[in-house]
Amino acid sequence: MPAPSRLDARRRRILFEHIEAYLFVLPAVILVGVFDVLPGFAAFLMSLTRWGIIYERFAGLDNYRAVLDPAGARFEQFMNSLGVTVWYVLLTVPIEMFLALVIAVVLYQGTSGRGAYRVVYFMPYITSVVAAALVFEWMFDANFGLLNWAIGLVGIPAQEWLREPDGVFGMIGSAFGLELQGWMTGPSLALVAVSIFTVWHFIGFQTVIFLAGLTNVDRELYEAARIDGAGERQIFLRITLPLLSPTIFFVLVLATVGAMRSFSQIFVLTNGGPLDTTRNVPMLIFQTFFERTAVNGIGLGAAMSFIFVLIVVAITIFQFRVLGRRVFYG
Amino acid sequence: MDRTLRVPPRVLAAGALKHLILVAGAVLTAFPFYWMVTTSFKSFAEAQSYPPVLWPTVWHFENWQQAWEFPTTLWARSFANTLGIAAVSTLGTLVTAVLAAYAFARMRFRGRNVLFAIFLLTIFIPSEATLIPNFVLITKYLGWYNTYQAQIVPFLASVFSIFLLRQFFMSVPQELQDAARIDGAGHVRFLWSVALPLVRPALITVALLNFLASWNSFLWPLLVTSSPEIRPIQVALVPFSSEAGTQYHLLMAGATFVILPTLVVYLIAQRYFIEGVARTGIRG
Repeated sequence: MPAPSRLDARRRRILFEHIEAYLFVLPAVILVGVFDVLPGFAAFLMSLTRWGIIYERFAGLDNYRAVLDPAGARFEQFMNSLGVTVWYVLLTVPIEMFLALVIAVVLYQGTSGRGAYRVVYFMPYITSVVAAALVFEWMFDANFGLLNWAIGLVGIPAQEWLREPDGVFGMIGSAFGLELQGWMTGPSLALVAVSIFTVWHFIGFQTVIFLAGLTNVDRELYEAARIDGAGERQIFLRITLPLLSPTIFFVLVLATVGAMRSFSQIFVLTNGGPLDTTRNVPMLIFQTFFERTAVNGIGLGAAMSFIFVLIVVAITIFQFRVLGRRVFYG
Repeated sequence: MDRTLRVPPRVLAAGALKHLILVAGAVLTAFPFYWMVTTSFKSFAEAQSYPPVLWPTVWHFENWQQAWEFPTTLWARSFANTLGIAAVSTLGTLVTAVLAAYAFARMRFRGRNVLFAIFLLTIFIPSEATLIPNFVLITKYLGWYNTYQAQIVPFLASVFSIFLLRQFFMSVPQELQDAARIDGAGHVRFLWSVALPLVRPALITVALLNFLASWNSFLWPLLVTSSPEIRPIQVALVPFSSEAGTQYHLLMAGATFVILPTLVVYLIAQRYFIEGVARTGIRG
């Protein structure tokens, strides 16, 4: 009887294929499981405990309550850092995107030396944040810094840059005799300085993505538009921008999430100071974890990180809902 | 591109403006590098002079030696550490990513889609949240505090690389695989002699991006190590900069040491870097 043995052979082959496939994915599964999935669960469990230097007890949602209770000190800290995070996004993302878009469009129009420009613009992105930050600290130096010298040439007084906690709107206002109060003084000059570094570091990245998006736009469309007598501005507004909108949206979502979660550049340039004016949420979470472990730092830090994840996800969903619809997919 | 002989002045002006924007942007972008390197060759007094000196009057090449021989910093050792850590984790990532990506793209097995979905979900787990559990896991449960493996093993697999390579393996024509099967080649043979050579550019991109990430990683090695003998170059820069203090010419020499190798690799292989980023859209 040949039938059962053939079935057997098939079964054996399927079994063998499965074993082979599982062996292929096994190393990755173990590593991703141990260092990504497991810590993700562990972080959530930690947020439900009272845990400082040592584990004390299960605390239910106490940590979440502590962070979200408007009367508490933790709430004020968290809101403060959320404000820093928002300012940082507003100071970096629009400027990065605008400049990168201009550079990409100009480069795409076929300039001589396009490759060389692309190489230069992308250079900051591959340098280490720690080493590049040393250079910027030096340029931002209050006494010998190049930047103070440069603004001095146009008559602006020297600034403290990374050590200046005062708000920039307040500073500009008082230069014109206008006294602003509270939140109206705006982000600190230190945060603006960090943002300048950030824009420098990421602009090439966005330029390259925009360039990649542009190469997907059909060149014939441009020629057709020119034949029909469209001007450069019309071509940009009616063809380039709509066809590039998926890329723009993609960059916007990515840059917003990236800016909200920025850590290294703030850590090395200001460490959250001066007067906590550059302490964004990731920085606060880090400090809560490491510098204040004595008072339930692990529990509170973990709770903050999950609240923050929800905020980031909510903003991303909002972007998809409101802007995603306007995106033109050919 | 058609070129007419007579160019209208408006087009000429637009072209000039275009170049002006590009040159100004490029100068601003490249300036910090220029400033770093030239400052590293200035004398102590000149580095501190105000108004700043844009070009060193005397080139002090011995600054580099002085920075290199700084008592608190084991530059050579730190470089070797970084190089070793980056090489091993890059190679490891390539192996695990190629195997997993191939399996997800071209093998059929039960649980494949569920597993892949879980992998993708991990991209959304923020690193701030997993930092502490990973730290506890490495130092307390594995006892790897202040070791090389603490800096290597967590990075031996990268979901991102798996995802990227899977896309490429999926684009390998099925006919090739059918032909290989008829010739009696199994998955291992097909992967090694047909699929891998076909996705070589993607492999180079994945390797470069992983190497760069490892070379530039800072926070994790700072947390899990304590002794200068096993710390990588980025972390070694911290005691160096506090020791050098305001001797900016030496500080800039140190920064140049750290940036130069990646810059050289980048300039040699920039096509793969830029295309890789353009294709995948990762942001550090």
